[in-house]
Amino acid sequence: MGKYTVRRLLQMIPVILGVTFLIYAMVYALPGDPTAGKCGERPCPPTFVAEFRERYNLNDPLWMQYVKYLGNLLQGDFGTSQYGVPIREELVERFGVTLKLGIVALAFEAIIGILAGILAGLRRNGFFDNLVLVSTLFVISVPIFVTGNVLQLWIGVNLGWVPPTVSSEAPWNELLLPGFVLGSTSLAYLARLMRTNLGDNIKSDYVRTAHAKGLPERRVIGIHTLRNSMIPIVTFLGYDFGGLLGGAVITEGIFNIPGVGQYVFRAIGDRDGGVVVGTVTALVLVFLLANLLVDLVYGYLDPRISHD
Amino acid sequence: MTESVPPDLMVETTEKAPEGEPSKLVVRSLRQDAWRELRAKPLFWVSAFIIAVFVLMAVAPGLFTNTDPREAVLSEFSKAPDGENWFGRDRQGYDIYSRCIYGARASILVGLLATIGTAALGSVLGLIAGYAGGAVDGIISRVSEIFFALPLILGAIIILYTLRGDDDGYFWIIGQVVVVLVVLGWPGIFRLMRSSVLQIKPNDYVQAARALGASPTRISFKHILPNAVGPVIVVTTINLGAYISAEAALSFLGIGLRPPTVSWGVMISDATQSMRSAPWTLWFPAAFLSIAVLGFIMLGDVVRDAFDPKSRAR
Repeated sequence: MGKYTVRRLLQMIPVILGVTFLIYAMVYALPGDPTAGKCGERPCPPTFVAEFRERYNLNDPLWMQYVKYLGNLLQGDFGTSQYGVPIREELVERFGVTLKLGIVALAFEAIIGILAGILAGLRRNGFFDNLVLVSTLFVISVPIFVTGNVLQLWIGVNLGWVPPTVSSEAPWNELLLPGFVLGSTSLAYLARLMRTNLGDNIKSDYVRTAHAKGLPERRVIGIHTLRNSMIPIVTFLGYDFGGLLGGAVITEGIFNIPGVGQYVFRAIGDRDGGVVVGTVTALVLVFLLANLLVDLVYGYLDPRISHD
Repeated sequence: MTESVPPDLMVETTEKAPEGEPSKLVVRSLRQDAWRELRAKPLFWVSAFIIAVFVLMAVAPGLFTNTDPREAVLSEFSKAPDGENWFGRDRQGYDIYSRCIYGARASILVGLLATIGTAALGSVLGLIAGYAGGAVDGIISRVSEIFFALPLILGAIIILYTLRGDDDGYFWIIGQVVVVLVVLGWPGIFRLMRSSVLQIKPNDYVQAARALGASPTRISFKHILPNAVGPVIVVTTINLGAYISAEAALSFLGIGLRPPTVSWGVMISDATQSMRSAPWTLWFPAAFLSIAVLGFIMLGDVVRDAFDPKSRAR
């Protein structure tokens, strides 16, 4: 296990270097004037251009720029936004909010998704099974920004059950609706995954053996079938958490949640390259670490998979 | 899941021949089998019909409406749906029905081009990596891991942020979104193709072709590709709907398609400004988008079942 962890960590290094280089090179190195549009409708004054190029090391060759940027990153320095605010401070503050949103989304996903999947999988082709199949198909087809806007209009504005936007402290109760929206697509996939797994496992030999031994139904389903069906579900949830944090851009934009996603969303509008690169890099790192964690935990969950 | 689809397309199915030809075995390839399976499913015809309607809309929008989608009647802005403007007008005074019809072209174009692009790039690289092995495989696989690590929305933000200019034309705006989806989408197809090729390479008929002196190109394209392409077909069908949805999401964020391109994502993005006073500006493009995505996802579902012999046995 220890060996495997080390190997996976080492394997991640080239990926992280590659991804950060890709992001960096795309924003700063492509042809075009990086200061274009920074000074309103007129061209930037030469002093501003000189200062800008100096600040982002644009006078160095690309690899040198990248090495310098990476060096700063390793020291926890993400640079400053075009308004001079350090990106790291902003990120730390906003990350808590995005994390809360991700947890709410994951909770909805896990509770509703697993329950719906179990109920559907236990009675294949029954009424509830068909209901779950049709409703998940519906949820998957409606894009998340449509769901978000419609629910915001309907529940937030017309019915007035929850505030349509989130205030700056982002309390848990205000995050319920956005969290549900963020998790809705994954919820549908999870319910379908649970249904398929359960349906396949119920037909397996060890379940038939358990029945033949005369075990009560509750034990056969609850212990023998469910536990085995949960392994892919737990990994799905783990991988999805990283994806949820990255995908929060849209939800945070709609509900005006002061999280990391909204920061990127605004930076695109402001054409603030430093913020875009820094934030996306941070989110990708979180995404990669979350995936790594799931891979490591997988071995504990399923003893059949040996890491050594 | 999709990985479990056996790559060997030439699974032979034996079945009793129709009456009149006693005891003759009918041998069909998996592809013919899949087509038979598809034809029998009502869901296939429903999704095919939905897709056909949207493709017709994309090719010949004039069949559905005579109104110019760019004709703004500002005096009738945010007009509610009535007999004259079936879906009402948006806050710019555009006719929503006409824009919904014309919006199909951008979405279908992006979906199709992105699907073809990822399938072509991923398949060719997967074929090369799987067939050549060794250092070539190592390099392509590492590069694919880097692109695989970028989540779609975040990667798209970065790429589109750099690509977009202020006065891009219709096709380059669409092209940018296609480029993004292909650049971020190929590793999935690549992995699938590579593993299929690795399974097929040791087969006897590949060895035989090599012994007969066939060139690597010929072996790859004549012997391996046709047998490895099954899982790729399934996944690309499913991806089509996902790409249309992703295009709309990027347009909604303001980095995908944008005016003068008429698209459902752009309409929905615009509708968020006016949905409280004029909710119909949101409903109709959202419905068109969702139904189109639904059509492609349903098609993907039935195609997957048809290509998966395991699900057929039940």
